Amino acid sequence: MAMTTSVDGRPTRMRWVLIFGRQAWLWVALVLLGLLPIIGGATGLISDYGFLQLSLMIVYSIAVLGLSLLTGFNGQISLGHGAFFAVGAYTAAILIDHWSWPYWATLPMAACTCFIVGYLFGLPALRLEGHYLALATFALAIAVPQILKYKHLEALTGGVQGLNITKPSAPLGLPFSSDQWMFWVALVVAVAMFWLARNLLNSRSGRALTAIRDDAMAASTMGINVARYKTVIFGISALYTGVAGALHAIIFEFVAPDSFRFDLSINLLVGMVVGGMASLPGAVVGGIFVQTIEKYADAVARSISGQLQLPIDIEPWTVYGVALIGLVYLMPTGIAGGLARLWAMLTRRSAGKTCSS
Amino acid sequence: MEQLIQQIASGLANGAVYASLALALVMIFVSTHHINFAQGEMAMFSAYMVWQLLQWEAPFWIALPTVALVSFVIGVAVERAILRPLRHAPVLSIVVVFIGLLTIFHSMAGAIWGHTIKDFPSPFPNMSFVGSGYIGPHQIGMIAVTMLLLLGLFAFFRLTPLGLAMRASAQNPASARLAGIRVDWMLALGWGLAAALGAVAGTLVAPVVFLEPNMMSGILLYGFAAALVGGIDNPGGAVAGGFIVGVLENLAGYFGNLMEKATGVYIVGNGEKLMVALVIVIAVLTLKPSGLFGRATARRV
Repeated sequence: MAMTTSVDGRPTRMRWVLIFGRQAWLWVALVLLGLLPIIGGATGLISDYGFLQLSLMIVYSIAVLGLSLLTGFNGQISLGHGAFFAVGAYTAAILIDHWSWPYWATLPMAACTCFIVGYLFGLPALRLEGHYLALATFALAIAVPQILKYKHLEALTGGVQGLNITKPSAPLGLPFSSDQWMFWVALVVAVAMFWLARNLLNSRSGRALTAIRDDAMAASTMGINVARYKTVIFGISALYTGVAGALHAIIFEFVAPDSFRFDLSINLLVGMVVGGMASLPGAVVGGIFVQTIEKYADAVARSISGQLQLPIDIEPWTVYGVALIGLVYLMPTGIAGGLARLWAMLTRRSAGKTCSS
Repeated sequence: MEQLIQQIASGLANGAVYASLALALVMIFVSTHHINFAQGEMAMFSAYMVWQLLQWEAPFWIALPTVALVSFVIGVAVERAILRPLRHAPVLSIVVVFIGLLTIFHSMAGAIWGHTIKDFPSPFPNMSFVGSGYIGPHQIGMIAVTMLLLLGLFAFFRLTPLGLAMRASAQNPASARLAGIRVDWMLALGWGLAAALGAVAGTLVAPVVFLEPNMMSGILLYGFAAALVGGIDNPGGAVAGGFIVGVLENLAGYFGNLMEKATGVYIVGNGEKLMVALVIVIAVLTLKPSGLFGRATARRV
């Protein structure tokens, strides 16, 4: 029957093996990452601080993926995803702090809250395009920290001081530190969410999303309900970023309005473009970029200032700015795209050599 | 009542600064269809240059034109060197380049002149006149300079061949090129003009907010909102938008305080006035997506 064979005529099981084989490196990488707390814990190679850094990279990858679903795949520009990140973080923190929910139960709640907020924001956003949407989301990013500081909500949000929560320790008395345990939690959540995103994008709905990005009018003539897709993907995108925010709150043990200033939204956007727009590996690279760039920019600035005797000090942010412009020049499709092209070039060359020899 | 007039007057004065920054944004948007997020930081950098010249005891009315000229050259150079090679890049890549430029200008200003807040003298004489209870001389000066800039730009675009060439290359680059206009240079010229306008805006606002690397971050947002409210492709609309946003912002704070006094319930105060202004702006845009004075454009598919 048609059900047992795929489009290209191969039996479905064969195709699964093929996919599994082609992405073997991905599985190896995931297993290695999953084993990190055991290896790192036993050998002491990776400190708790190291695990915290790794967890935050994973968290930002999820957030960048959320932005990429909206901006990269659906073409709606958002300069305000830090707002959804903040909503997710505060949902988790409030549930833990006021109603002592277990940390894992806050993630679905943060997801629901952010989906609703994102969906509702997506309704007026339907009327706005391009730069106008950028301004509206920008305003959202400005507004959310203000709302969190708002006088009448202080009992709930803790006002300017924010909320302190304690990081959960590993369950069942497992011999792992809470940083190691949270690394695992973040990894599992991230893998699940990337897998879901991949399935969404490979589906009929995913193709509808990219069709809307490429030409909304043409998409609507093909029978795609543009308004519904655009609002729902706004919700889903907010959901992803919100879950990332909730994880961030739990891992960081602290939320405050000033952690979610406008810079966060800009960082997510930069991470998405630099990592690679409309690409799942790009989101991972983007997340790593968001977490690490400041430290590297600082180190580079120090070494430049140390080696050259300039009349003025080079500041880290100058290095950051130059790095951004340089990356856009050198890798127009993002770091992920640039690496893929490099890889393709190398393999093609080696394939050419084997043919000629 | 007196307080209300005062609030509106100072809103108009702030609006003048938003308007001149919005003019700069419109200038770049009309010629290249980009929103220059680095505009505010470039203006801040120019304001620092004016301050430096003043420190070297140059008279103000020589320092400002000199810096406007230097900013013009910087603007042209940025367009030619950084943005020209990226003219086929996707919009978001350009946005990231602008963010890069923003951080470079920001941190360079910090590195050269330090992060401490500096006093910036007002160029306008401190004198009393009719109505000076409501509005200060610097505020009047800000409004006057903005109106002069608008008139000057209007004259430039309507009455000079160069202005006509710039409008032509913005409207239809291909035809303009066929008519012998060097479209590439017109774009660079647009950037230069925007940078010069920004220099004036930065210098005008520096005495109000004091000179420091962060001084423009909020103002750029207002300028952006002003440009969009007025219609991003319309210089006159941008100026009107600037005044509207400036007044709205002050009124939000004023009525918030009034309501608190009357009812005893805190609803909005000065902390939230930025937010209130933005919400109003977005409400306007949702009802009129191409801005108050912008034209809705039809598109061929």
